[in-house]
Amino acid sequence: MFGRLTWDAIPFNEPIPLLTSAVVGIIVLAVLGTITRKGWWPYLWKEWLTSVDHKRIGVMYVFLALVMLLRGFSDAIMMRSQQAIAVGGAEGYLPPDHYDQIFSAHGTIMIFFVAMPFVIGLMNFVVPLQLGVRDVAFPVLNSVSFWLTASGMLLVNLSLFIGNFARTGWMGYPPLSELAFSPDVGVDYYLWSLQISGIGTLLAGVNMVTTILKLRAPGMTYFRMPVFCWTALASNMLIIAAFPILTATFVMLLLDRYVGMHFFTNDGGGSAMMYVNLFWAWGHPEVYILILPAFGVFSEVIATFSGKALFGYRSMVLATLAICVLSFMVWLHHFFTMGAGADVNAFFGIMSMIIAVPTGVKIFNWLFTLFHGRVVFTTPVLFSIGFMVTFVIGGMTGVLLAVPPVDFVVHNSVFLVAHFHNVIIGGVLFGVIAGYNYWFPKAFGFTLDERFGKASFWCWLTGFYLAFMPLYVLGLMGMPRRLQHIADTSWRPLLLVAELGAVVIFCGILCQIAQLVVSIRTRERRRDLTGDPWNGRTLEWATSSPPPPYNFAVLPEVETIDAFWEMKRTGRTAVEPVYEAIEVPRNTPTGFITAFFAVMLGFAGIWHIWWMAIIGLLAAAITALVFGWSENREQEIPAAELARMERTRLALERSA
Amino acid sequence: MKTAPRVLVVGAAGFVVSCRQAGVLDPQGPIASAERLLLINATEIMLVVVVPVILATLGFAWWYRSSNLRASRSPDWAYQGSIEFVVWSIPALVVILLGGVCWISAHQLDPRAPIPSDVKPLQVDVVSLDWKWLFIYPDQRIATLNQLVIPAGTPVDFHLTSATVMNSFFVPQLGSQIYTMAGMATHLNLLADNPGEYPGLSTNFSGDGFSDMRFTVTAIPAGDFDGWVAKVQGAGSALDDPGYAALTKASSAVPPTTYRSVDPKLFERIVDQTALDPDNARAGTAWCPTVARVGG
Repeated sequence: MFGRLTWDAIPFNEPIPLLTSAVVGIIVLAVLGTITRKGWWPYLWKEWLTSVDHKRIGVMYVFLALVMLLRGFSDAIMMRSQQAIAVGGAEGYLPPDHYDQIFSAHGTIMIFFVAMPFVIGLMNFVVPLQLGVRDVAFPVLNSVSFWLTASGMLLVNLSLFIGNFARTGWMGYPPLSELAFSPDVGVDYYLWSLQISGIGTLLAGVNMVTTILKLRAPGMTYFRMPVFCWTALASNMLIIAAFPILTATFVMLLLDRYVGMHFFTNDGGGSAMMYVNLFWAWGHPEVYILILPAFGVFSEVIATFSGKALFGYRSMVLATLAICVLSFMVWLHHFFTMGAGADVNAFFGIMSMIIAVPTGVKIFNWLFTLFHGRVVFTTPVLFSIGFMVTFVIGGMTGVLLAVPPVDFVVHNSVFLVAHFHNVIIGGVLFGVIAGYNYWFPKAFGFTLDERFGKASFWCWLTGFYLAFMPLYVLGLMGMPRRLQHIADTSWRPLLLVAELGAVVIFCGILCQIAQLVVSIRTRERRRDLTGDPWNGRTLEWATSSPPPPYNFAVLPEVETIDAFWEMKRTGRTAVEPVYEAIEVPRNTPTGFITAFFAVMLGFAGIWHIWWMAIIGLLAAAITALVFGWSENREQEIPAAELARMERTRLALERSA
Repeated sequence: MKTAPRVLVVGAAGFVVSCRQAGVLDPQGPIASAERLLLINATEIMLVVVVPVILATLGFAWWYRSSNLRASRSPDWAYQGSIEFVVWSIPALVVILLGGVCWISAHQLDPRAPIPSDVKPLQVDVVSLDWKWLFIYPDQRIATLNQLVIPAGTPVDFHLTSATVMNSFFVPQLGSQIYTMAGMATHLNLLADNPGEYPGLSTNFSGDGFSDMRFTVTAIPAGDFDGWVAKVQGAGSALDDPGYAALTKASSAVPPTTYRSVDPKLFERIVDQTALDPDNARAGTAWCPTVARVGG
């Protein structure tokens, strides 16, 4: 009846997971209880859970990313503590089977459920506003994408309480991830949650590319699009091209595990090397899926707060597209040590270095944007400057790793770990936090507290250097990644410094929480009534904060790059347009219901409960079909109503 | 007052010394030396650009701060062809230089390339197991577990495979690591210049016992090697098929052992995946879709 699911799946005799489960359970119940007691469910359901508004969906993506950042960081600090304690003869407090789950979960969560939803959330929120349009191309599909991502997250977190997570590392390399070596449900949790969220991501990519290619404000030619939209376009084209590879690869591993096929097994003609190739054929573009939108954020932030147009706009666009194409030609650098031979290794090494050219161009162009500017040191600017300094170091170690013989001595070491945290924290994370600080007032109508924002920046920056510079050195000393205990006591001092770094980063996260809480409490003082708190250049600042559900009552006419800057200069914002009725999509629970059944399917698949899997699959398909045949999906806002709303809004804006 | 700087200096010196004594930065063979040199050269080439960029970032941001009344501003300046040309050229030139370094070094330091030497190379077959390392000396017909003894100054020609999941064979002070994978053999050539003990390990995560997949490489004077072989041949047990089958069972932190004799074809049989099934040896079954080894 319940497949492989028995009471043994609950970790009753393991104190750490049991305690974690209990604490998380209590928090979740407390939150749900509060919502029920305050009667917030109808509001939540009508305004958020069933919303198809790209802004609301973007906010929900970012919210989930922030929650999962806490989970991923808990894993990180547990790992750092284990490595700081378990030196010499000591075994530490995490036995191997638990430690192995923690580093696997850390990588999986940080990439798929923190970085991805954060980046996708920002794009979802910002891109339609910057394009001067009312929503994404497929609003309901957008909701479905979001809820599928949330389903994957839920499944990953369920593995804390029921069963266990993968102990294979976040790449899930076979043969270790095959049934012969990982017979429990850990790898199945990994596969099902990433398959479900991966489909969501693919759909989100299709949606975003369609939006950018087909829906732009009148006059917004490609070369008038803000750079963030260009990076979003490149990133989402990469999603469309790369995610199907991951899905297909995981399907093959699922077939190996569930029906005894031999794609990647040791025997029967399987080849684990094929998995490694396919995984990184997705995995390297994935890196650029994350970093390109972060580059876009920095471009917006640096230009806005320097009071200047971005230097070398066309170069930036060209560099973005060059990275987009080149990112598919470098995957082999993740496994130079597989013995491919000198010609192949050298080719992929050189291709990897070539990516440094457009990336270097971007750095120089930001530099020249600062040059002769009027730089205001807000939190987003601090994160951008911190990024430029940190990222060139990460880029340098990246090019080092692209030289095959250098890679031969630092591959799989903590030097590599330091490198990719250098570019992911120093690049992606600083980028999304800068974007979060920059666009927060647009989303909620009030600015974030600067003191806590700056404090969080300094903690993140120093914490990063303390935590990861020692890992560069340890890697050169010969320390591999993923050690549960460490024999060489001479590594201890640096491991303790790294632990200290993790604690400082924790302070940075606490500052961010404090920043949010303080800002909400003092929101009346920090209202942004103008809609343009930073003297912005692009169209998202042309509407109010938060924008009305339809974003723009009348689509703006675009004549240049930095369209809103031009409008402010020529005074075009002051003229009242003629209002016409507009149609906006109605909210629908399609996404939420689809996701509910997707979770059912995933959970049933993990535990081999086949009747439930069939119900989940059919019900999810039927939900989609019912929506497909439904009518009356849109509602009209009449011209008079629109005019009334707009006049109220503009009056408020003028009074500010 | 005076002790604090002294403690710092001593601490820093101790730190530098401790770094120099270990790993990749303390090479003990030609491959590792060449790789360290490459690491340092490539870093230096890039620092020529990276350091000025970092300084310029901090400098520009600070000088053009909004409160600086002396800074000149040009808010509409957003393009200049000559600057664009330079910013594309600088990274391109660096990459052309490094690309050349990459191509040449990838060929010179190809793990498969034999190390030029007058001395006949020693062949060692390496097998990663859960979670231990088996070293087979096919010409000497002996084997060792979790310890590798090699003659100093003699090139060692490693053939590597895995009897289990993927691992990576790495001796940081001797250079290049390489993956070990079931059903296939990889190749690696290393040489230890001087006698000494060098830590070796697996760098590719392979399961719960991964942290203990360590071994010591003992390089002994070349003249002593035959004596060591004779000593191994004269003592301990032989590694027969049941003995090998027992080794394939998962265990970790197994003390180093030697075996006085071994089938010199054991490595080939492990690559063929017939080592545990002597009746089918060399029948080519490894590539037939047989019943899945599941649930094991």
